[in-house]
Amino acid sequence: MTAATELRAEQDRGRKAAQNREKWASVRTYISAAVILFWCLAPAYWMVVTAFRDVGYTYDTSLLPTHITLDNFRTAFDTSFGNRFGQALLNSVFIGVTVTVISLVLGVFAAYALARLNFRFKYLVLGFILGASMFPGVALITPLFQLFTNIGWIGTYQALIIPNISFVLPLTVYTMTSFFREMPWELEEAARVDGCTQGQAFRRVIMPLAAPAIFTTAILAFISSWNEFLIASQLSNDATQPVTVAIANFAGAQPQQIPYTAIMAAGTIVTIPLVILVLVFQRKIVAGLTAGAVK
Amino acid sequence: MKTPKFLLPIATAGVLALTLSACGGGGGGSTTAGGDAEQGLDGRGPITYVQGKDNSNVVRPLIEKWNAAHPDEKVTFKEQTDQADQQHDDLVQNFQAKNANYDVVSVDVVWTAEFAAKGWLQPLKDKMALDTSAMLKPTVESASYKGTLYAAPQNSDGGILYYRKDLVPTAPKTWDEMMGMCSIAKENNIGCFAGQYAKYEGLTVNTSEAINSAGGSVLDAEGKPSLNTPEAKAGLETLTKAYADGSIPKEAITFQEEQGRQAFQNGKLLFHRNWPYVYNLAKTEGSSKVKDVLGMTALTGTDGPGASTLGGHSAGMSVYSKNKATALDFLKFLTSEETQKFYATQGSLAPVLGALYDDKELVAKLPYLPVLKTSIENAVPRPVTPFYPAVTKAIQENAYAAIKGEKTVDAALSDMQASIESASAGQ
Amino acid sequence: MATELGPTPVKEPASGGTPIHHGPKGVGEDNAIASQGKWASWLLAPTIVALGIVIVYPIISAIVMSFQKDAGLDPVTGLFTEGGPAGFSNYTNWLFQQCAAPGGGTVACPPGTLGSQFWSATGTTFYFTIVTVTLETILGFWMAIIMARTFRGRSLVRAAVLVPWAIPTAVTAQLWLFIFAFEGIGNKLFNTTILWTGSEIPARWAVIIADTWKTTPFMALLILAGLQMIPAEVYEAAKVDGASAWQRFRMITLPLVKPALMVAILFRTLDALRMFDLPYILTEGSNNTTTLSILVVNQIRQGFNSAAALSTITFIIIFIVAFIFVRFLGANVVEQQTGAGKGKK
Repeated sequence: MTAATELRAEQDRGRKAAQNREKWASVRTYISAAVILFWCLAPAYWMVVTAFRDVGYTYDTSLLPTHITLDNFRTAFDTSFGNRFGQALLNSVFIGVTVTVISLVLGVFAAYALARLNFRFKYLVLGFILGASMFPGVALITPLFQLFTNIGWIGTYQALIIPNISFVLPLTVYTMTSFFREMPWELEEAARVDGCTQGQAFRRVIMPLAAPAIFTTAILAFISSWNEFLIASQLSNDATQPVTVAIANFAGAQPQQIPYTAIMAAGTIVTIPLVILVLVFQRKIVAGLTAGAVK
Repeated sequence: MKTPKFLLPIATAGVLALTLSACGGGGGGSTTAGGDAEQGLDGRGPITYVQGKDNSNVVRPLIEKWNAAHPDEKVTFKEQTDQADQQHDDLVQNFQAKNANYDVVSVDVVWTAEFAAKGWLQPLKDKMALDTSAMLKPTVESASYKGTLYAAPQNSDGGILYYRKDLVPTAPKTWDEMMGMCSIAKENNIGCFAGQYAKYEGLTVNTSEAINSAGGSVLDAEGKPSLNTPEAKAGLETLTKAYADGSIPKEAITFQEEQGRQAFQNGKLLFHRNWPYVYNLAKTEGSSKVKDVLGMTALTGTDGPGASTLGGHSAGMSVYSKNKATALDFLKFLTSEETQKFYATQGSLAPVLGALYDDKELVAKLPYLPVLKTSIENAVPRPVTPFYPAVTKAIQENAYAAIKGEKTVDAALSDMQASIESASAGQ
Repeated sequence: MATELGPTPVKEPASGGTPIHHGPKGVGEDNAIASQGKWASWLLAPTIVALGIVIVYPIISAIVMSFQKDAGLDPVTGLFTEGGPAGFSNYTNWLFQQCAAPGGGTVACPPGTLGSQFWSATGTTFYFTIVTVTLETILGFWMAIIMARTFRGRSLVRAAVLVPWAIPTAVTAQLWLFIFAFEGIGNKLFNTTILWTGSEIPARWAVIIADTWKTTPFMALLILAGLQMIPAEVYEAAKVDGASAWQRFRMITLPLVKPALMVAILFRTLDALRMFDLPYILTEGSNNTTTLSILVVNQIRQGFNSAAALSTITFIIIFIVAFIFVRFLGANVVEQQTGAGKGKK
């Protein structure tokens, strides 16, 4: 054997080892993905199975669906007894979208100021914004109720939208600020050198780069508002109630009966739009990834 | 130094907040409703009726009927959530805000005293008096505070002892008799008896039932705790002993109504204390294993029927209502025989009028009515006190520890006593 | 936080950022700061006003009420009467677990009163916070790393991860209560007979499992967004240099994700310290699962003013935690990246 063939064999072994490693890495990824899927979906699976079960077999524990029926979904949307689940879904979407859009706009403004501008009392502002997330939400309801009663807001959409904006704003501002800090702002400078105004530079250069952060924040804001229950349970009325309150309104056919199957059906229904939303948004997140790679 | 301009918004917000808090009023129990109770007594006009989720579509048809007959005094239905805590909090918020739009409200029997003492409920006396002579006495007591009626008893509820007819030869009359039958449960490898012992409102119900059934009481006639008595001890001991020796199965410590019903319907319990709603479900649900062997009797006590804890709702009138004459008419309408019958047939809600329990037509439809009548006639209202939220917590906390064996019965009762005394002492 | 007032020094060219304003220090800089301050105040005003109305007003109003006594019962009329000024008694009663004595004055709160539960609730709250946030951070990081990889079915995983979080808490809590019932699917599946809500350790872990399941996606998503900002070339370069996977994680991933990670942990901590729905529906606070927020809700039903004091105490506790967090763990997004903190001392 010559030294050359030895070297080639060595390289071959190295390449094989590398291939093996790659293969193993990919296998490990799939195993991990499977574990994640199981952890996230197993309880949700139980929700869906229960949702399709006849109410008379609510406590059945067979793993596969048994006594399948669509009754629970029908019950959920049945309007004859004053249920307004369909209306509540629309309310939740309307409130969620409004909250998300407004809090993102406000959040981007604030985060830009906090990340890019120098001014006094920056720490005070940051502390103030963070401080808004420190008071137990349950104790805000009574004063808010008094305030909104005084100005006649009970049962209006703004009575639900404005508190929700305030609840998500601190998170929005902090996330956006932390991401803006990571931005390659020299590109903005470059754009300005090329004749863009500061606003144009921000819109055309920075915003696309910040897309992953913005869409992530949007999802966070939307879901947080979608999930809000405490404030809504006291400040909404039949016309404005969001879906969380509507679910709490589900009642069994008998006074003390807990309508698990109908609740699970409702849970299934409200989860679907969010999954769709995420599937749509995540293209944007991925798009952001490739844009970021230009850096 | 120049004024830091961006601080302006904070300052504005601060000033705004201070102004608002000055005129916003407190959230605490603002009281002395003397003036409010005098206004609007002759007022007539549209009113709102507030109640939790209308499970079986009883309220809507009733209101339609009322509205057809009273075109100028229409009732609007405001439906709350299905959860008692939230109904309570919603009422409190609106009373605190002196909301005139909550004219007639449905109050759980345990809230009556609290709302009355806060001055939120119109006393039903003098001009506003309501005839209660045909009603079951315990239901009237639970709607009264300090001898004055504050709400119209609307529907009632009492505990029923369900049992397995196929295994139990004759229904037990006393607690000891029932415990004697636990050998049957053992032979069949099922649990003997269970009520609701998770730490929640149901535990208060079951604990006070045990204490009342043994001749004790949680509160005396003055509303002071009376748990340092041999009767109270004997009562609580029935539960702790039964749990310790396994007559009450271990898992019962996690039972609320639905988990208990599930166990009984699956054939895993010989005796089960629950509300009347179980009857319909155990008879009809596809998964029920006790459809054909379902027995019912009154709860058991020391030497006869036990004293059930009373459930149910009353209809109260807000002192802030502008149309109290209409509201009073509506209360009378809700307690009329016809309405009560409709409640029973349409909603399986136990009537407050004694006569209806012997109504043949009703009994045919709701076979548990005779048993329920015994239950309600022997029932003791849950502690009638304006400090109910504190009292129920004191009972739950200590009874739970006692049943689990973490605390002696004596210690549990004396802690209950001390906690209730402290709560009633105010601050 | 609010401790560092005064002019912020000009940003140093750090972490990819270039200072906008060059020029010598001195008068010019002051003008620059002033003009930027004007801009900043416009940009921040809407946020501050929104928070002012809905958060600051209720907080101030609650604090005002916390210095009032709760209504007491007039034994003659049986009606509640206003309690009058309370000084700090609402606060001291909680902190020293003092309750009203029947004859006047105060006694140590008997077991069964809410007052006797303050310190245990504080302990429980911290226990839940530390365990859930730790678990969620580790799990979330792991999920984010997997989701950042390119493989078939990645979008499925990404959507699936969000499912637990998308289900409203009201439903989640009922779902877990259903799963953890004695005869529920949980015990059936693992062939156990655990009384999940019946004793301390299982009850606490029931809450922890449910909370971790529900909120890990929040962590995962924020960390994923942080990962997305790291250019792939950095990893390639590190690989060429022969850095091991662990080295790459420690030297590249962790530092670059840190800002996003810290924000995520900070907000999760603040949320966990105010945890309410899940333990309330799962256990109603039995078996040492009463958190401070549950105690607040229970107290609101017994008297709002005292509950307002408890809320304020909770607020202060959370404030201290956040302060420590920001100060010692460098969660302050601004300080960390501008180098302002370094420059200041």
